[in-house]
Amino acid sequence: MPTTRIPPRQRLTLPLLLAALLAGIMALAYFEVIDLYIQTIILFIGINIIISSSLNLVNGHMGEFSCGHAGFVAVGAYVSSVITVALFTSDRVFGPPLLPPQLAPLGFPLALLAGGAAAAVAGLLVALPSFRTRGDYLAIITIAANYIIITTVINIDTIGGARGFMGMKRVIFAMEEVAEIPWMVLWVFTFTILSLIAIRRFVSSTYGKGIIAIQQDEVAAEMMGVNTNRIKLVAFMLSSGLAGIAGGLYAHVIGYVNPKSFDILKSTEAMVMVYLGGMGSISGAVLSAILFTLLLEALRPLQIIKWIVIPLLLIILMQFRPEGIMGNRELTDIFPRLKKLHRFK
Amino acid sequence: MFDTLLQNLINAMQWGSFYSLIALGYTLVYGVLLLINFAHGDIVMVGSYIAFFVATLFLGHYDLFPVALPGPLVLALTVPLTMILTALVGVTLERIAYRPLRRKGAHRLYVVITALMCGLILENGNLALLGASRKKFPELVDKVIYTAGGVSVTNLKIAVILTAVLVFVGLHLIVTKTRMGMAMRAISYDKFAVPLMGIPIDTVIVFTFVLGSSMAGLAGILFALSYPILDPYMGLSIGWKAFIAAVVGGIGDIRGAFAGGFILGFVEIMVVAFFPSTYRDLFAFTILLIILTLRPTGLFGVPKTTKV
Amino acid sequence: MKMRTLATFLILAVVLTTVPAAAKDNTIRIGFNIPLTGEIPKVGEASKFAAEMLKREINGAGGLQVGDQRYPLEFIYEDNESKAESAVAVAQKLIDRNKVLAIIGPNSSKQAVPAGEICDINETPMISPWSTNPDTTRDRPWVFRAAFLDPFQGPVAVDFAMAQFGAKTAAVLYALANDYSKGLAEIFRDDFETKNGSGTVLAFESYGDKDQDFSAQLTRIIAAKPDFIFLPNNYNEVALAVKQAHDLGWKGPFMGSDAWGSAELMNLCGDDCKGHYFSTHYAAAGATGATREFIDRYRKTYGYVPDDVAALTWDAVRLVLAAIQNHGSLTGKVRNDRTAIRDALAGIPEFDGVTGKMRFNDQGDPIKCAVVVRISDTGEFVFTKSVCP
Repeated sequence: MPTTRIPPRQRLTLPLLLAALLAGIMALAYFEVIDLYIQTIILFIGINIIISSSLNLVNGHMGEFSCGHAGFVAVGAYVSSVITVALFTSDRVFGPPLLPPQLAPLGFPLALLAGGAAAAVAGLLVALPSFRTRGDYLAIITIAANYIIITTVINIDTIGGARGFMGMKRVIFAMEEVAEIPWMVLWVFTFTILSLIAIRRFVSSTYGKGIIAIQQDEVAAEMMGVNTNRIKLVAFMLSSGLAGIAGGLYAHVIGYVNPKSFDILKSTEAMVMVYLGGMGSISGAVLSAILFTLLLEALRPLQIIKWIVIPLLLIILMQFRPEGIMGNRELTDIFPRLKKLHRFK
Repeated sequence: MFDTLLQNLINAMQWGSFYSLIALGYTLVYGVLLLINFAHGDIVMVGSYIAFFVATLFLGHYDLFPVALPGPLVLALTVPLTMILTALVGVTLERIAYRPLRRKGAHRLYVVITALMCGLILENGNLALLGASRKKFPELVDKVIYTAGGVSVTNLKIAVILTAVLVFVGLHLIVTKTRMGMAMRAISYDKFAVPLMGIPIDTVIVFTFVLGSSMAGLAGILFALSYPILDPYMGLSIGWKAFIAAVVGGIGDIRGAFAGGFILGFVEIMVVAFFPSTYRDLFAFTILLIILTLRPTGLFGVPKTTKV
Repeated sequence: MKMRTLATFLILAVVLTTVPAAAKDNTIRIGFNIPLTGEIPKVGEASKFAAEMLKREINGAGGLQVGDQRYPLEFIYEDNESKAESAVAVAQKLIDRNKVLAIIGPNSSKQAVPAGEICDINETPMISPWSTNPDTTRDRPWVFRAAFLDPFQGPVAVDFAMAQFGAKTAAVLYALANDYSKGLAEIFRDDFETKNGSGTVLAFESYGDKDQDFSAQLTRIIAAKPDFIFLPNNYNEVALAVKQAHDLGWKGPFMGSDAWGSAELMNLCGDDCKGHYFSTHYAAAGATGATREFIDRYRKTYGYVPDDVAALTWDAVRLVLAAIQNHGSLTGKVRNDRTAIRDALAGIPEFDGVTGKMRFNDQGDPIKCAVVVRISDTGEFVFTKSVCP
């Protein structure tokens, strides 16, 4: 990376801004300026950003049509929850804590990563068939994968089966024993930013250009020497792995997971966010996740009418912008001055 | 044991018929437009509700039509009326939601998402309009249960299976033997060359939606007769699964949708018959995964040759 | 430019709705965390209807008499879309924004378990009318429920079937993804096998979410020739399952659970369900006193006999109001009032609800009787037997 040419101000502005934002939200939450309701919504926004931008990697950048993203969210949610609950709390099923609960703040991110890794492995369920199958046939495989994951969870009684699995709030309490700060705000914010950086760096790397090559023309990409199978494997695993991290965060924010929360309807929500934002635009995925979450929350007083108004709004939006909010552009393409703030390479 | 197997075969035939009927609607639209019409399951739901209102109207439940007609006559009136009205719903969706997007040259997945949204509107609009109470579809024909040994069949089940086969044969003839069918195949072969040949592309697309949605209406009637409890979300699960069936058969191919529907029905029923029923979805979808891995473009799908 | 107008509109909408609602003084605010859309809209509707009826009655009389003052009621209904994360957001919103004194709902355990956690942490009393999952109230002093639990109901069904049908064998058909159905089915199986020897539950079959065809499962059940079939399922699925079993040649009895207890059951199921039995919270036919009055008024207002959710919601709200009255005063300080209501709820000596007399045990679960009803030939639920813990 040619870092030498970039003045230090540009290199540091974005990280500093983000750090300030995080510190600001944490402080507001700590001094109870924003109540727990607003905090919950901020947390949901963060989680939805990870979900939509990770699905965007496959559906947007790579141009596949994955409809089973929620299955990977479920894997991450369950794996990381089981790990943290078994390690740091005394549970009816898993017994007394295996590690001292004081280690929870250290163990939690590791458990999240483990959940992400497990979800990435589950991503193989889709990644391997993708070598031979494309398009709508691959879409079916992702739906099938979603169904398979949910049914598997329902059939494992040690993690609650259809009753769901809980105890994650005790992990949060264990962390709050160590230091009385809004831990989940910290973790969700950090992992959202890390996920976005990971996706951004992956897509703009020489290696990741292969993804866009696949989207444009897979055969041509293959002929130009792109190892399409390997890139698909990496992209699918990265996407499902990040979804798994989002799942782990979701499980700990809610404090309870239930296999039904990750069914095909959740997957369609993720799809809506991706296409609303614009295929292949990271800032679009972020914007649409924020907009979608706020919209769902703001229109709640409409009750039943809400689920007529939201689809109608989206249909109208698509009539005006048939390529999503951002198209395949980024914020920096529309406001070039933003480029001054950061440079990834 | 043999009785049970035979009984399950009949169960699978009936259940597969529904998947087939709905999958045929998916595949027709897909074949012409490459559009996954995710609202299709909900159009089936709308079909069931239309059939409910038409049937109860002729049974004299409303002041508008105070005479109660006999059941079989009501059925004979309900079938064509429901098919026409459901076709109208399908065409309306095409005109106001899908066509403008298509004209703007939107990526086809945006049309798919629009279809998803239309499905949501149909479901929740129904919920808001008619309330949360479920509707009971009236029994229009007297149910006859034929029992032979340990095997039971109702006249309705036989009718469902026969209808599915007839619809398949009819659609197959339309697509292969008529001029309209030829135009449909031509569009799916090359969308850009077809208008140059003087084929009115929009007429063909509307015709496709009429055909697909009226099949959904028919499926809705049969579904309401066999499972006579209507609720706004009834088309959701069967819609997704019928889509899966259509793809496993090879989406865009009518034989594929027909076969795929029956395969999914057989797999689901037979898994329950021979394995613990809690593992049904697990086994059923694993089998489908294996089928798709062995035949990446479905059973009847033709691998696309890509020119570079 | 249209984009900009749209964006402005959206931002405005968001800002407007997230600004806290101005709190009116001197009202008793109760929040409802109910599923008005999603999988079970009927449940949300029944809860809302029952609550509206109660509110009209009390506000019509000038408000709730607490000590020497009358307080009008304000009920806030929020839709949790039958989703766990929405139930959490709704609970948090009701607590932080609307400053409610207590929350009624969520109804199904998938939402009640996580929302209960939120209420417990934020020290707000919550009563779930319908949830049967033990985790909803376990170790949560602030969370109560109005329905009896599966470990009580399961044996009621077993004992009744053994006595009534002389049953030595049974078969079960349950909904796999529905934790109520699955939990009750498992308790029933274990209890039946303890009393009749292992292997006497000849078939234990499940179906998936939103399934409409149970023919394969029923074929298997009927081939096993059990003495009766236990169906711990929601009434809409019951109607389908009973019909399909008859189509497949089944002529034996069915036994059901409290989820059968809806007025819609007879509308949907018709003649097929007549003559069968189920355990439930109250018998609508032949009800007397307050229960009768509740049923009649509900039917007059909304046009159908209330189901168990409506009756349980009615009782849940009245429990909260009774707790407020028992405490005798409201300070207007939300935190203090919530604590007072919780303590008064836990200490209610005996509450006479439309679903029977009850009080809470130390886990916040009610101690109340179950009844077994028979579906008569006129389609009414006729009292057959009462079983008390």
